[in-house]
Amino acid sequence: MDLNEAIVYAGSAIGAGLAMIAGIGPGIGEGYAVGKACEAIARQPEASGAVTRTMFVGCAVAESTGIYGLIIALLLMFLKPFT
Amino acid sequence: MMAIPKFLTGSSELNVSGPKIIGSFQIGSITINFTETIILEWIVMAVILFGAWFLTRDLKVKGISKRQAIAEWAVEAITNLVRDTMGARWLSFTPYIATVFLFSICGSLLSLTGLRAVTSDFSVLVSWAVITFVMITATKIRFDGLGGYLKGFMSPVPVMLPLNILSEIATPAALALRHFGNIAGGGVITALIYYGLTGASRALGLEIPLLTIGIPAVFSLYFDLFSGFMQAFIFCMLTMVFISNAAPSEDET
Repeated sequence: MDLNEAIVYAGSAIGAGLAMIAGIGPGIGEGYAVGKACEAIARQPEASGAVTRTMFVGCAVAESTGIYGLIIALLLMFLKPFT
Repeated sequence: MMAIPKFLTGSSELNVSGPKIIGSFQIGSITINFTETIILEWIVMAVILFGAWFLTRDLKVKGISKRQAIAEWAVEAITNLVRDTMGARWLSFTPYIATVFLFSICGSLLSLTGLRAVTSDFSVLVSWAVITFVMITATKIRFDGLGGYLKGFMSPVPVMLPLNILSEIATPAALALRHFGNIAGGGVITALIYYGLTGASRALGLEIPLLTIGIPAVFSLYFDLFSGFMQAFIFCMLTMVFISNAAPSEDET
């Protein structure tokens, strides 16, 4: 492996790690959403079905940004587009 | 993206790749590749078809069998889900939702058998997302007319046109990427766990990687079972929400 290739590999690996910082946002957001859902179910246990469904859809939407980060990380790690 | 974990010998090297290409044929200058995913999809389709045929054999009105009870329960559950989420006027979408739900679950659970999950191939999810996108657009055109649909891109001000086009494309793209990212990411993490545990048992001086017994099952419970069910549910849920949001609400029509 020559130096140029090594630098590209190192850069890709570091970039993949940095891309996963995107996981922070969905983590906080989903935690907040689930916490609020728990409060709502505690207040109105009869609405737990609707609250849970809405929460899961909201979590899925909030997760998108994290998934984008994950896909960038996967691309950098396994497809190595810059070599 | 995911390598099939070799259960007995242990994967000594990390092998994460896309679906294998089994064969290819040419039409003119275009090469069409036959991937592993297509074969696995046929298997999943055959399983679902057989299941549907098996469960709906000799249906009766009175004195129903256990098979029929299971079939009725499944149909009722999906119908209720669609009715609760989209409202009674959208019940005609039930077959599509049920199909995607079943296909997604069976496709994801395929990874439990050691085969590649069908849903960890991006093209599968893209095709579902395109179907959903066509349905959303068709619903919009049905309720607003073609002129109204095109005018919707100019709202609230014409300057928003590029952003509106972008958000229109982002809907199916996010739908496909979410499902794909979850399943493929789970597959990659499973491969990494096997790789790590094999390495750990080598370091302990074991010939057969005994550490890979049992421990990956805990992670598989989350990444294969929970994630598979969750993503199938979310894909269907978002499809229903997007389609019913494409039309004006019931009391306005």
